[in-house]
Amino acid sequence: MTMTSEFTGADPAPAAARESGVRHLISVADLDREAMLGIFHLADAFKEVAERPIPRVPALRGKTVATLFFEPSTRTRLSFEAAAKRLSADVMSFSASTSSLEKGESLRDTIETIDAMGVDAMVVRHKSSGVPSQVRAWTKASVVNGGDGQHEHPTQALLDCYTIREALADRVPAGGAGPEDLRGLRIAIVGDVRHSRVARSDVLAMTALGAEVVLVGPRTLLPPSLEGWPVKATADLDDVMGSLDVIYLLRIQKERAQAALLPSLEEYHRRFGLTRERAAHLDPRVLVMHPGPMNRGVEIAPEAAELPSSLITRQVRNGVLIRMAVLFHLLGAGGPLPVAPGHSDSGPAGEGRSEVGHPGEGRFDVSGSEPGQTGAGPEAGGASDA
Amino acid sequence: MARPTGRVFVARAQVMDADEVTRALRRIAHEVIERNHGLAQVVVIGLQTGGVPLAERLVSVLKEIEGVEVPLGTLDVAFYRDDIGLRPVVPEEVTSIPVDLTGATVILVDDVLFTGRTVRAALDALADYGRARAVQLAVMVDRGHRELPIRPDYVGKNLPTRRDEVVDVTSEGVNIGELVAERSQ
Repeated sequence: MTMTSEFTGADPAPAAARESGVRHLISVADLDREAMLGIFHLADAFKEVAERPIPRVPALRGKTVATLFFEPSTRTRLSFEAAAKRLSADVMSFSASTSSLEKGESLRDTIETIDAMGVDAMVVRHKSSGVPSQVRAWTKASVVNGGDGQHEHPTQALLDCYTIREALADRVPAGGAGPEDLRGLRIAIVGDVRHSRVARSDVLAMTALGAEVVLVGPRTLLPPSLEGWPVKATADLDDVMGSLDVIYLLRIQKERAQAALLPSLEEYHRRFGLTRERAAHLDPRVLVMHPGPMNRGVEIAPEAAELPSSLITRQVRNGVLIRMAVLFHLLGAGGPLPVAPGHSDSGPAGEGRSEVGHPGEGRFDVSGSEPGQTGAGPEAGGASDA
Repeated sequence: MARPTGRVFVARAQVMDADEVTRALRRIAHEVIERNHGLAQVVVIGLQTGGVPLAERLVSVLKEIEGVEVPLGTLDVAFYRDDIGLRPVVPEEVTSIPVDLTGATVILVDDVLFTGRTVRAALDALADYGRARAVQLAVMVDRGHRELPIRPDYVGKNLPTRRDEVVDVTSEGVNIGELVAERSQ
């Protein structure tokens, strides 16, 4: 349980990783606001792809994505694999239960073996915090954190924020532009925040996008300290219910009750669940979210999951789009990008249309800017505004 | 950090003024109608981003001449490019193709035809929207230096260029010039 604290701080590796040109997504903190908006912009483009009769583009043809799940998962794994396939990447799949790990092979040997087969990205899920970060040292591939211990689950946070933004855009009359980020929203994250990698990533992403986040749960399941976290916390759900734009319910793991962190699942439901009564009094504009899989009757009443304002199925659908955007962002959009001498528009790589950075056109310019990493550069902003 | 600096277009000479672009568009519109014996089944698709304003103008000129509003689409070929991973490839805009292209005659519109790689990517992309009866290519400027066996059907102007020159098409006209490094410090 104390492992989490080791991985809350700044990640030392990105600078080195950037030198080598390989990009990773370990923590939401690897992305700033502009990079997140860039990923949302890509996801918008992939939404159009998903609606086609043939929902597939050749963008990552010839690339190989390995999903390495050392901990069981259905939706995250399937979502990443669907995303990779829709980008025409090849997918290699690994699960701990059927591997040589059973025979005692070390994590490092497993990673180096898979690396030797030639993969471009590894999506890693592990029950221990920090494993994806460590894996970077053992492979030349891009590493994507598919959820590590109680540390982070960055693609979940990205898809959550993207889904909120999309739901708000739907309220704008046709022709109008939806909100760019989550500024001005009040979001409650309810449940076992202390042990939740989803909550950690969501707090980072939502606050970076301008939302106000309040954590709700029994004291035993709230973080012991909120230092360095731009959030408030409370143990009284009804106190904040009236002021929310989004209520985000975390999954309660039943073993928490056994570990005496919870009096009982029934009492948890009464105090912190989205009960039938709370759902009935909920303003219809308040968005209801859950990362899945749901414990109906614990954190959410069966009826509440079916509210018109529930985004739970949309979250799953958008998960594929966001993971397409992340894989494309890491493997395609910027790639290992030396802005080589003579890298020019007229070179063989470029079609060399009138690709000139006209100010105000919002056109991606030719300077080789990387929306993911260069940060608040004007062209990164322009690209995401487009 | 070696953050790449932006480069800006510096025009050396104007090769077409706004009136000449308009006249070229009108001629292309007449050629489209003549070649296709009218506008039945014709769909105009502009390539993001330079081709889109030209495609919009072509549709309105076609309407002026024939009184028919042909469907207009926009296509971003980013995910179909063959240089993904070699340079930054990011879609500018979401593709929007409002009609099924099966059986349609697609007029693909772009501002400048150069290596032909964007058009190659566009042909692949179009195939995912249905089997068009024919695809024809209209460009304002053909600047040569093709790297693929692709030729335009309708050309505003043939413009001999050097490889390192840049051609810029706007509503004010067509300019030729260079990209010049913009010093950030």
